[in-house]
Amino acid sequence: MRARSELKNYRQESYHFRIRLAIAAVFVLFCFGILAARLFYLQMSKHEHYHTLAENNRISLVPIVPNRGLIFDKNGVVLAHNFFVYTLEITPARVKNLEETINQLGELVEIGPLDRKRFKKILSESQEFESVPLRTHLNEAEAARFAVNRYRFPGVEIKSRLFRHYPQGALGSHLVGYIGRINDKDLINLKESGELSNYKGSDHIGKTGLEQYYESVLHGKTGFKQVETDSGGHAVRVLSSTPPVPGDNLILSVDSKLQKIGEDAFGERRGALVAIQPKTGEVLAYVSMPTFDSNLFVGGIDTENWKALNESLDKPLINRPLRGIYPPGSTFKPFVALAGLEAGRRAPPFSINDPGFFTLPGNTHRYRDWKPQGHGVVDMRKAITISCDTFFYGLAHEMGIHAMTDFVRHFGFGQRSGIDISGELEGLLPTPEWKKRRWNQPWYPGETVIFGIGQGYMLATPMQLAQATAIFANNGVAMKPHLVTGIQEASSGTVRPVEHVVTDRIELKPENVEIVRKGMEDVTLPGGTAVAVGAGAPYTVAAKTGTAQVVGIKQGEKYDASKLDERHRDHALFIAYAPADDPQIALAIIVENGGSGGSVAGPIARKVMDYYLLGKEPAESTPATPLALPEAAIAPASTEEHAHD
Amino acid sequence: MIDRIYKRLTLHIDGFLMGCLLLTLLLGLFVLYSASGESSARIFAQLTNISVALLVMWLAANIPPQHLERIALPLYLLGLLLLLGVALFGEITNGARRWLDLGVARIQPSELMKIAVPMMLAWYFAKREESLRLTDYAIAAIFLAIPAAFILKQPDLGTTLLILGSGIFVIYLAGFSWKLIIAIAVGATALAPLLWTMLHDYQRRRIIILFDPHQDPLGAGYHTIQANIAIGSGGLAGKGWLNGTQSQLDFIPERTTDFILAVFGEEFGLLGNLLLLLLFTLIIGRGLVIAAQAQSTFCRLLAGSISLTFFTYAFVNIGMVSGILPVVGVPLPLISYGGTSLVTLMLGFGILMSIQTHKKLVAT
Repeated sequence: MRARSELKNYRQESYHFRIRLAIAAVFVLFCFGILAARLFYLQMSKHEHYHTLAENNRISLVPIVPNRGLIFDKNGVVLAHNFFVYTLEITPARVKNLEETINQLGELVEIGPLDRKRFKKILSESQEFESVPLRTHLNEAEAARFAVNRYRFPGVEIKSRLFRHYPQGALGSHLVGYIGRINDKDLINLKESGELSNYKGSDHIGKTGLEQYYESVLHGKTGFKQVETDSGGHAVRVLSSTPPVPGDNLILSVDSKLQKIGEDAFGERRGALVAIQPKTGEVLAYVSMPTFDSNLFVGGIDTENWKALNESLDKPLINRPLRGIYPPGSTFKPFVALAGLEAGRRAPPFSINDPGFFTLPGNTHRYRDWKPQGHGVVDMRKAITISCDTFFYGLAHEMGIHAMTDFVRHFGFGQRSGIDISGELEGLLPTPEWKKRRWNQPWYPGETVIFGIGQGYMLATPMQLAQATAIFANNGVAMKPHLVTGIQEASSGTVRPVEHVVTDRIELKPENVEIVRKGMEDVTLPGGTAVAVGAGAPYTVAAKTGTAQVVGIKQGEKYDASKLDERHRDHALFIAYAPADDPQIALAIIVENGGSGGSVAGPIARKVMDYYLLGKEPAESTPATPLALPEAAIAPASTEEHAHD
Repeated sequence: MIDRIYKRLTLHIDGFLMGCLLLTLLLGLFVLYSASGESSARIFAQLTNISVALLVMWLAANIPPQHLERIALPLYLLGLLLLLGVALFGEITNGARRWLDLGVARIQPSELMKIAVPMMLAWYFAKREESLRLTDYAIAAIFLAIPAAFILKQPDLGTTLLILGSGIFVIYLAGFSWKLIIAIAVGATALAPLLWTMLHDYQRRRIIILFDPHQDPLGAGYHTIQANIAIGSGGLAGKGWLNGTQSQLDFIPERTTDFILAVFGEEFGLLGNLLLLLLFTLIIGRGLVIAAQAQSTFCRLLAGSISLTFFTYAFVNIGMVSGILPVVGVPLPLISYGGTSLVTLMLGFGILMSIQTHKKLVAT
């Protein structure tokens, strides 16, 4: 009986148990059905989608950055080249704790406070997934030390990068310029010019000088390789590759030795010098003082150096030849003289008797000459030689402003020279229309008068002065100024010469040119304002001195350099070309707060011309000449203050 | 002679189950070879693991279930003691305290509990069979909760889930009232929103990411997303053995262990996956048949629990790798690289075989 009930019980239990098992089995099948459906969804319905994702995961296009073109001077001296350095770089997106990682890296590789600062600056300007250099110029030992510990630092890599280097350092830094990291503005420009894809992988771009102007030539064409990568972005194998085309080299007309002589001649003074071969337009020297070391900018300049450069009173970052604008002062007189002669005025034997001032009819205001007692009898040639203000006051008044501006515009005043460096300023050739537009004020006759001696609103860059001198030296044929004479293909070495371009031919009567030239030649002869420049020179120099005032001198007041703060002293100006009968070099110099053109700027010109024409190098121990006092007090009539850089 | 040895060796082996297991293990070796970057060292290591596991299975298969019933309680108590030892003296590896160094060997007591817990509960229900009351289910729940709490604390979420599963299956199979099952399910559903409001923001966020990996593609969700790409790109027939780009190029994390299905799915496609699901279904099905045919309550409950726990393994792993379940550390049974879980699994199958082959002939 009991056995039966047990058996029955057993059967019943077994039955219930089997029901439960069957339900569980259905549940299992249901769950596996869900899995199968999910797998079907992934592998069939969404297969295309995941297939694409997988391919993108796998194959990436890695740019191969081309070697940037080199820059050589006229004689093959390297002004800019590249070399490989090891850099330690961090991809911020792949690093969890930046600060901690940097500290840990600091135990392996020296990381100074400057490195950290620069890193932070670059970091703030970059995207999360970009590789940002922390330390550059790692030595072999440091690179090896990191390599051993690399597994500890995901997102940190050693890269071998091409670094731009300027072996001449601060020499010609405004001319060569520098490259810097590509910023947002550069990106927009690249996008607009359709060049963006060519800069994949490049992180530097020309920022100033030739590096900027010839960016498209120097950069080259980026190559690409298709690589299969793993999830860490490491290349596993290369599938295909298109090699990059290296950038072309630039060959300049500048002789770095001449450039150095020019820069050294300035000593501690600020200013600019531009020397041009008048027959071709080739720029022989391009000096902006003070200079700076272009190398500072390559890896991203640190805050301290940037502050020092940017906030210095000497403003070393200003590209003075193109962006320094100064009243040309008396260096403007030869062009006014030529304008007068070409208009049929003041031709010999015309002369005036200079009382030491000029007055407009019906007005008592005296436009004074720099020589209070006057120069006596002055004709055109002598007026240029002795820089007679009175003579030019009268001429300017008689000609009128438009006749003068229309004429000198052909010499490049008031317009860009078109030199192969960007950022050139136009200067200012003032007219009544301009004044009305700009200031909504009428033009006064006195403003025409002082325009005759290069004062007033008139502003010119050193480049414009040099170009005007070159055009004059070339008998009115204007050549486009340029620094690059040849573009060399890196792979083949073939050089494409840059053509000399005539931009203007001014019809000038030879006899008029002759008069002005004689006047300018006399400037460097005894009795002229720049005797020292011509003294003992085996070639003849045609020149003109000038002075541009920095602070206004009131009527009846006398300019006294010794009483003025150094930075308020006049700017010394100088233009010249030589040899006068067969010009090979034309130049313009400005020495800021230098005082007198003849005594301060003149010697600089002489050194440059001596080297260029004679191959003569200045004595090594050239002491920096102290700021010379002007030999004569100049009293221009303008009460304007001029903006200077 | 050889014939006799073979007979003795296979006396307590269930042929059908054995065939399915060996097929799955073999498939696992192929996937592992690909996933490990064609490392023969890995294959040898896994072969060693399989040998040990097969030996353990064979031994278990040869132990009559009555013996197992007798050691259920002591084994459970020993397991608890060892878990206590882990909590107090355990070694910390990878941020979790799971191992206990006994001087002669390092052991992972939570693995032992995967078998000890269902044995304990099956033993308890078999003992109380005559007068089963609601309190017995409560007591069983406590037997289950204690080790689960210890393991959750280690922390080891995957193992906790598997052990909870194995215990709950025993309770379910022992006839836990359907009414109560429904009541608990309804209660939990109702309570969930209330619990949700009690959580901190960061806790909520963690849970959200657990269920939606795309919220954190570079962090917690990275594994799942990469695994989905691998599986999805495999398509119907797969990219072919050793040709899975995602797998070979190191996009899949943990690709020899928890995420090995991604490698399998990429290289063998949907057809491969369905084959694997079929093998798993056959193994589970055979286990359930063995449970249905078992002759004692202990055997029935234990066999049912072991089969359904194996299902849990497979479902949770495939679910998490294919992106429908949160990522918890559960390996793909019989396929993932590793000795510990394999030995435990094969021990369970050994018990199933023992139950099947030690049946007394019952008069019908």
